Amino acid sequence: MNTQNQYLKAIYLVQQQADGPASTGKVAEALDVSPASANEMIGKLEEAGLADHEKYTGVDLTDEGIHRAREALRTYCIIERFLVEVLEVEEFRAEARQLESVIDETVADRLDTIIDRDPACPDCFDAEADVCGHLVDDLDIDLELESEAAD
Amino acid sequence: MSLSYPVASDHQLARLLQIGMVLEEVVEARAYKHAESLAPADRDVELEALLEDAAEESADHRAELEALVDELEGDPVAYEEIEELVAARYEADTDTDGVLYDQLANEETAYKFYDDLIEAIEGSDVRFSIDRDRLLTTLRDVREDEAEGVEDVTRLMEARE
Repeated sequence: MNTQNQYLKAIYLVQQQADGPASTGKVAEALDVSPASANEMIGKLEEAGLADHEKYTGVDLTDEGIHRAREALRTYCIIERFLVEVLEVEEFRAEARQLESVIDETVADRLDTIIDRDPACPDCFDAEADVCGHLVDDLDIDLELESEAAD
Repeated sequence: MSLSYPVASDHQLARLLQIGMVLEEVVEARAYKHAESLAPADRDVELEALLEDAAEESADHRAELEALVDELEGDPVAYEEIEELVAARYEADTDTDGVLYDQLANEETAYKFYDDLIEAIEGSDVRFSIDRDRLLTTLRDVREDEAEGVEDVTRLMEARE
């Protein structure tokens, strides 16, 4: 997944959590990049017609941006589920984050043919926990406990 | 979530090579499944040879990747496990066009995977515990095979139009 798609996915998830436009700061935080880098990429997304940016309100994905973000999120869900189901990786969230920039959508589609993924994907994605909601249920992941540990 | 910059460690490299192994195993299992499920009217020497070559080539690639994974102290991915998953979830095409399109998608997907992996390794300045030149030579050779595979399938498709 290229850098642009990773940004689209991050903006989409931040917008979901904010239930409105995503602030540049939150996007930068989500991707662990500087606000200047995030601003630069958001400018490029705006030029490409994938996002609208208002200085004091934040960034809003266009319909095309939302479509691309959801595709990227679906690819990410496939990677997570593939790591769990096929390679039995325990730290699958951390590894999915590390691998997502190398795994292209077409490759993910191939991996998708041997996993058991819910058709509702990517609507199942839990933005706050950064994980497919169905995996949380399947693996009995305790999100509250994780959140407390993070605090 | 963060922007990731692979390949940053032996562990990540081994994981990506494991994914390559799985892709090869999917190709191999599907090629055998296609060969079995082709309708008698659609069977011919060229198509059967193409499927056999694809399966053999994938088995060779898998062995090469497995050797690298082993050196990186990663676990191999058993072919039998992937074969079972393919058998459980994949409804094989039974007509020539479907088989050829699937083979083309296999070769193109594999090419894309190796191309991205090579670029990621070239862009990384990490010192892996295996020889970098040998790693890249192996992956470039495999990528070359996939490019030839795309050409072979395309040629066969064009000849049938």
